[in-house]
Amino acid sequence: MSAAKEAPHAVVRRGGRSSVAGAAVMVAAVVVLAVWVPYNVSLGGLTQLVGLFSLIILATTWNLLAGYGGLVSIGQQAFIGAGGYGVIYLADAVGLPLVIALLLAAVVAGLLAFVTSFLVFRLVGGYFAIGTWVLAEGFKLLTTQVDALGGGSGLSLQAFSGTDRVTRIATVYWLGLALAVIVVVATYVLMRSPVGLGLTAIRDDVKAASSLGVHVRRWQRFVYVAASAGAGLAGALIAVNALRVSPDSIYSVNYSAFMIFIVVIGGLGTIEGPIIGAVVFFVLQQQLSSYGTWYLVALGALAVVVVLFAPTGVWGLLTRGRLEMFPLGHRVEVDRPAAAGGGRAGRRSATRA
Amino acid sequence: MTALLEVSGIAKRFGRVVTATDVSFHVGAGEVLGVVGPNGAGKSTMLDIVNGTQRPDAGRVLLDGDDVTSLGAAGRGRRGIGRTYQVPRPFGGLTVFENVLVGATFAGGARGRQAHRAALDAIETAGLTHVVNTDAASLRLLDRKRLELARALATEPRLILLDEIAGGLTEAELPELVALIARLRDAGLGVVWIEHIVHALLQVVDRLMCLAMGEVVATGDPHAVMASPAVMEVYLGSVAEGGA
Repeated sequence: MSAAKEAPHAVVRRGGRSSVAGAAVMVAAVVVLAVWVPYNVSLGGLTQLVGLFSLIILATTWNLLAGYGGLVSIGQQAFIGAGGYGVIYLADAVGLPLVIALLLAAVVAGLLAFVTSFLVFRLVGGYFAIGTWVLAEGFKLLTTQVDALGGGSGLSLQAFSGTDRVTRIATVYWLGLALAVIVVVATYVLMRSPVGLGLTAIRDDVKAASSLGVHVRRWQRFVYVAASAGAGLAGALIAVNALRVSPDSIYSVNYSAFMIFIVVIGGLGTIEGPIIGAVVFFVLQQQLSSYGTWYLVALGALAVVVVLFAPTGVWGLLTRGRLEMFPLGHRVEVDRPAAAGGGRAGRRSATRA
Repeated sequence: MTALLEVSGIAKRFGRVVTATDVSFHVGAGEVLGVVGPNGAGKSTMLDIVNGTQRPDAGRVLLDGDDVTSLGAAGRGRRGIGRTYQVPRPFGGLTVFENVLVGATFAGGARGRQAHRAALDAIETAGLTHVVNTDAASLRLLDRKRLELARALATEPRLILLDEIAGGLTEAELPELVALIARLRDAGLGVVWIEHIVHALLQVVDRLMCLAMGEVVATGDPHAVMASPAVMEVYLGSVAEGGA
């Protein structure tokens, strides 16, 4: 354009010193979980921690779907179930190595999501949410009709029958930790890429996003398939950890309730939120489960308090947006033209409102 | 020579409400087409049909001679149609910079530093540099309108559709906007500008089109269109009505 004004030198930054420190804390936590915990925690404790890892995977992928993609599903248990049944069937009946069966179960869940997306994507908003739940109930009913999947009573995993208990639990523990780390890191990389920007745009305003060249349907379908593959992976991990699946538990709508609780408590639309929320939920579950119904009342009350007084979740409340372990945003820092040479002292950084 | 935008025989109705009947017009590269008409004339619907947000019941939209009628808004955005919304539609969870970056990245097809540059240039042009890191949700109305413009510019469009972007500007700010639109035209863009502030419109448009009840009432030389009896009637009511 003809009116080329002397543009000030601007730098776009993503993350800062605090996110480097945050990432270091995260890496340290993973190292402790991988190296120290297995030798200092009881076998029962390790099995419970695998439950935490599957919650982190579930919450992270549900957050991807709802918090970034704007698709509020309450039927992800369809794919948890597909993953759970998938891994046992593929490991026992087909005879695949466990790790391969696990990954393939996630792929199967993703494929099922792709096919069924053409059905549920005809619905929007609340109708979409209910539609996904109906789909999950349909999956459950179909499963109980298949004899090869054990009908109404489910399947038990045989693949570990020759393995001693310590090796089995240690294997599942490390596998679960690795999968949780991979899912979180993959989600982070995805959300930092242009795809993440496009997804957030879709969540905030579909019409504007599409006018700016974002293929709304294509990316919604992509995120639905990816999140469902993640749910399948978590389902497979749950089944391998419990050594069995049954239709009533693996297709339980409770999973959706837990996922929503975790993400709301932790902080919707952040990478850190679902992890923090999963830890909070896990601790509450451990501490309060003996109180029966009061446990559920306490969970519900906590959710209400968080929604009312800390709508950005525990993570948002603690950091007030100042600390990002997984920085997704962009900050533009403008150098004054006078401070030629780009001296740090001359940097004027426009601040967030 | 083919026009940059050729719209022919567009019809659109919502049940009994007719928003377009056989609307045809064209815009060349380096030309500004002004659009006036009373509320409910079907002006914004026409922009929706040109940019692919809505499908017409009949008619065709050609961009550079290519039929783009079957393309959605995203596809047309990538082909070079940029548009602003009358009621701003910011991405509230993103900053101003990130809002504009969406346009530069997707419709603009730029990546990395190139996308950052395009976004920053568009922000500068639209006068939003002072709020570049502000969350779009907390912008005041005027800046939201500017954000609409910045996002559309960042897509590096060949044709830009402006829907009442002068509404809310002060008298002092109007000449700036008019000058900006003139610059866009001089850079070879085609511009369609819907506006109620006619005196601003007349300073820059090459041709004027008046829509009413989903029909083209008049089109051509801006002053001639404004003076034509048909347009006077649309705005002031018919003489027969007045006498009845």
